[in-house]
Amino acid sequence: MDSVDINTMEVVYERPKTLINKTTSYCPGCTHGTAHRLVAEVIDEMGLSDTTIGVASVGCSAFSYNYFNFDFVAAPHGRAPAMATGVKRVKPDRIVFTYQGDGDLVSIGAGEIIAAAARGENITVIFLNNANYGMTGGQMAPTTLPGMKTTSSPNGRDVEKMGYPIRASELLATLDGTSYVVRRSLHNAKNIRMAKKAIRMAFETQVRGLGFSMVELLSTCPTNWHLSPIDASNWLEENMVPYYPIGDYKVHPMLKEIKI
Amino acid sequence: MTREFWKGNEAFAEAAVRAGLQAYFGYPITPQTEALEYMSHRMPELGRPFLQAESELGAINMVYGAACTGARVMTSTSGPGTSLMMEGLSYIAATEVPIVLVDVTRGGPGLGNIVPSQQDYNQMVHGGGHGDYHQIVLAPASVQETVDITYNMFDLAEKYLTIGVVMIDGSIGQMMEPAEMPPMLEIRKDIPDWAVRGGAGKDRRVKTSIYFAAEDMEKTNLRMMRRWQQVIKNEIRYKEYFMDGAKIAVVGYGSAGRISLSAVRTARRQGIPVGLIRPISLSPFPRKLIREIAEQVDSILVVEMNTGMMLDDVLSAVQGKTHVEFYGRSGGVIPFPGEILKEIERISKKPQKDGGHPRDLWLKRMERIGV
Repeated sequence: MDSVDINTMEVVYERPKTLINKTTSYCPGCTHGTAHRLVAEVIDEMGLSDTTIGVASVGCSAFSYNYFNFDFVAAPHGRAPAMATGVKRVKPDRIVFTYQGDGDLVSIGAGEIIAAAARGENITVIFLNNANYGMTGGQMAPTTLPGMKTTSSPNGRDVEKMGYPIRASELLATLDGTSYVVRRSLHNAKNIRMAKKAIRMAFETQVRGLGFSMVELLSTCPTNWHLSPIDASNWLEENMVPYYPIGDYKVHPMLKEIKI
Repeated sequence: MTREFWKGNEAFAEAAVRAGLQAYFGYPITPQTEALEYMSHRMPELGRPFLQAESELGAINMVYGAACTGARVMTSTSGPGTSLMMEGLSYIAATEVPIVLVDVTRGGPGLGNIVPSQQDYNQMVHGGGHGDYHQIVLAPASVQETVDITYNMFDLAEKYLTIGVVMIDGSIGQMMEPAEMPPMLEIRKDIPDWAVRGGAGKDRRVKTSIYFAAEDMEKTNLRMMRRWQQVIKNEIRYKEYFMDGAKIAVVGYGSAGRISLSAVRTARRQGIPVGLIRPISLSPFPRKLIREIAEQVDSILVVEMNTGMMLDDVLSAVQGKTHVEFYGRSGGVIPFPGEILKEIERISKKPQKDGGHPRDLWLKRMERIGV
């Protein structure tokens, strides 16, 4: 067999420059790592690492600032859109994005996200929806599916008593202030590629000064769902996608001309 | 420079603008709303960001974000608003970024009312937000003093990387008085080294309040406490009136201090040896001064527009070295000089040394007059 000289091989895939080479605090099989990578790839491709300020939230991704190799601030639970507003208003030439989970964005931070979206705040929101509070051990979130068991809905979410899930993308897309609101999923390669394009489009929205952009990413939580990573991806496809349809809920006309 | 007629709320807003304020975020609440309204035209006029937030939660976190970039930034509110801001204030304290907050206080607790009181003392002076932190709290007693203190508060907050609170009661916010405005400062061009700016790799900065390892949190607690020790050493502020040969010292801040001054003047004319200490820095509290005064006088009368909050700080500073009495009106009731004069006259003749906590004795006296 011929020996292979790695020095002559073409590099076709590597760690994004803005993703720090360290072990994350995320569980095996969790899609936070995938989402981080996609955001970092987009920041790299657009050449934005020297002009971006990230806003971390509270939840599993509280430590996201440990993994992105550019400036970050860390917000109180749910307040990332308000904090991002403060950053963006005094640094309008910087790219500002929040990275939030579903407990953070849809529950405790519902007021802040609706207000920022309604203002058409020129920020980008990366929103991971895994249908539970991951960091505190899998409690019911506003996004928990009807009938879904969590540590605080042990017999399944009873919508008669606990109400119905909130579809954040559909809700925010009704606001005139939003320019780009889409939902994607991270459960397989095809959807991950679609998610990356959407993240790129969201940052393009901000670069063009078009206002509020958000990409909702359906995500797995194998640990708290008590499923293997593969089973969790399948469960997402079979249960979450029907309830939270993948799609474009708001796309500014000027964005339709962009080819990525 | 000319003296102009200024409303308190608009005066501190203009003073902040002149101190080089880079952004204002707020939410309407009586009795501070004129500040928000003033900023809504004044800041855009100068090309500076103004934003009416969705709530005080939103406002304080916008302030937090802007502060992390090193911008001079402020908000203003009143009691129910400061309660909502406590979460953000605790995070801001832990992130060690400077901000300025003007609290125009009103009657409480709860929705209470919209009239002047000093019932936010404990919330502002003794923390409020969770965790272990201190903030500078200065209490002016006139529109001019509010202007001067607000103007300088940004430097103080930045020097000690802390929250600077200007605490005025609603009467100072609402009243009009002649005041001289300080000169307009240029917006600062340099960015503090600690501030985020959009930098990558080695130039990367992170502003966070998370210290996951207990040892790191403790290090931060001690770093903040050591800085606070410097604040105590350098930033004690107060005014003394008629203290030469005084045998009774009235201690009161803000409006209560100003009303007490009228009473003290009248009492002096009557030949009663009484003076006034008006603490301006409530945090850090002038403990050493109060202890020294306690050695000189026969009695101290604490006057507040609450049910005895600073009283506890005075008692702790006095350490039993002298007799202490208390007089307070609360809920938005403002004491008249005559009420305080009566207390001074009574103490000069027969101080109430029949035992009991000064607050208990005051409550009994209030019962007797039907309050």
